[in-house]
Amino acid sequence: MITAVVHVPAALAQDSGGRRALEFELRDGATLSDLLDEVARQFPALGRRVRDETGAVRRFVNVYVGDDESRSLDGLATLIADQQTVVVVGSVAGG
Amino acid sequence: MRIAIGTRKGLWTALGDAGGWEVSQPLKQMAEFASVAWVPMGEEGPPRLVVGARSWFWGPSVLTSDDDGATWSEPEAGAITFPEDTDAAVERIWNLTPDAREPGRVWAGVEPHSLWKSVDGGSTFELNRALWNHPHRPTWQPGAGGPAVHTIIPRPDESMVIAMSTGGVYRSADSATSWEPANRGIKVIFAPDPYPEYGQCVHRIAMDAVNKDRLYAQNHGGVYRSDDGGTSWQPIMEGLPADFGFVVLAHPTKADTAWVVPIDDSTMFPPEGRLRLWRTDDAGGSWREVGEGLPSDDYTSVLRDAAHVIDLDGTAAIVFGTRNGSVHASLDEGDTFTEVASRLPDVLSVRASA
Repeated sequence: MITAVVHVPAALAQDSGGRRALEFELRDGATLSDLLDEVARQFPALGRRVRDETGAVRRFVNVYVGDDESRSLDGLATLIADQQTVVVVGSVAGG
Repeated sequence: MRIAIGTRKGLWTALGDAGGWEVSQPLKQMAEFASVAWVPMGEEGPPRLVVGARSWFWGPSVLTSDDDGATWSEPEAGAITFPEDTDAAVERIWNLTPDAREPGRVWAGVEPHSLWKSVDGGSTFELNRALWNHPHRPTWQPGAGGPAVHTIIPRPDESMVIAMSTGGVYRSADSATSWEPANRGIKVIFAPDPYPEYGQCVHRIAMDAVNKDRLYAQNHGGVYRSDDGGTSWQPIMEGLPADFGFVVLAHPTKADTAWVVPIDDSTMFPPEGRLRLWRTDDAGGSWREVGEGLPSDDYTSVLRDAAHVIDLDGTAAIVFGTRNGSVHASLDEGDTFTEVASRLPDVLSVRASA
């Protein structure tokens, strides 16, 4: 098993029980998709803020795996390492 | 009278009467509110406020409040989410329509083109599979704002009429179990065939207060009337300063009476900047300008869900919002208006409740 920590933006803290850092246990070889599935299972409201019903990460949501935005890696297929930090942020958009 | 005001960047309410209006502080921020509704929940208690929100970051939501917006509820799993087998995702909640036939029943028109039903006051909704599986659906096109069901008319006999951009008018005679197009006579100006079976860009439809088979339609070019529940339509725009617009309101109690808000389609402003309603008392046979008190140099527009009419002690009360952030209300059937709010973000949705 591996462990990953998901950091939640303040705007979504109401959907994570007020916690800004959530720790999840995953199987070895788990991907970002597996991690977000576990987020959605434990925190359904948080899960659907990050991804839509088809499983796609919302257009103006960025999910960083370590220092890299997941779209620049392998997207939802990005492998999650043990002790990985994953950060959810709203992208710079709007006006 | 209560007014819910959904804008591009937040949600407000206003409370008032002929003596004046008190506008709330923003009840919600950092999201657009394309649809709002006051849903009667029974004989006692205030109506429930149901809103269709969309955060640019975090996606769409349907929220409910039983205390005029002081506190809000939303199921963890979301009120409107497409079932897995549809491979679709909600983009925007375009319309929320309470169904007077049963307290707590609410319909939602959603992008992508879909119709949803709630029987618990808007807390949860179920996809109408008959419309979703309609063989025409893959060929419905998006209007400029997106592909959505935007108008829903529950009729007294459990039949329904809906409109969408751009699919046109569809109706069901069997409690939304099956749907057929109902556009004959409505012209399209953007396709080789001017009178297709479906595909019209109908902006809004409304049902006459007395003759339930009489419908009014503000089309993308043209205003129409049907006297047979949508089987056929005839043009009624003669006498209007523009045949384009997004709004048509039917009087809540009087027959043959309706209002439109003409917009010049070459500028998307009211003709000559005169923001006015035009009223018919003979089902579109003739029109007259109304709206004393409305501005005469107002280069704005009124969107389809940003206008509403209700019966207020036997008189039609009209409220509408503009894209430049004003809300206007009339308590005398549209003859005179007062400004309820100004300098808000652009107004997307307005609903009043007595």
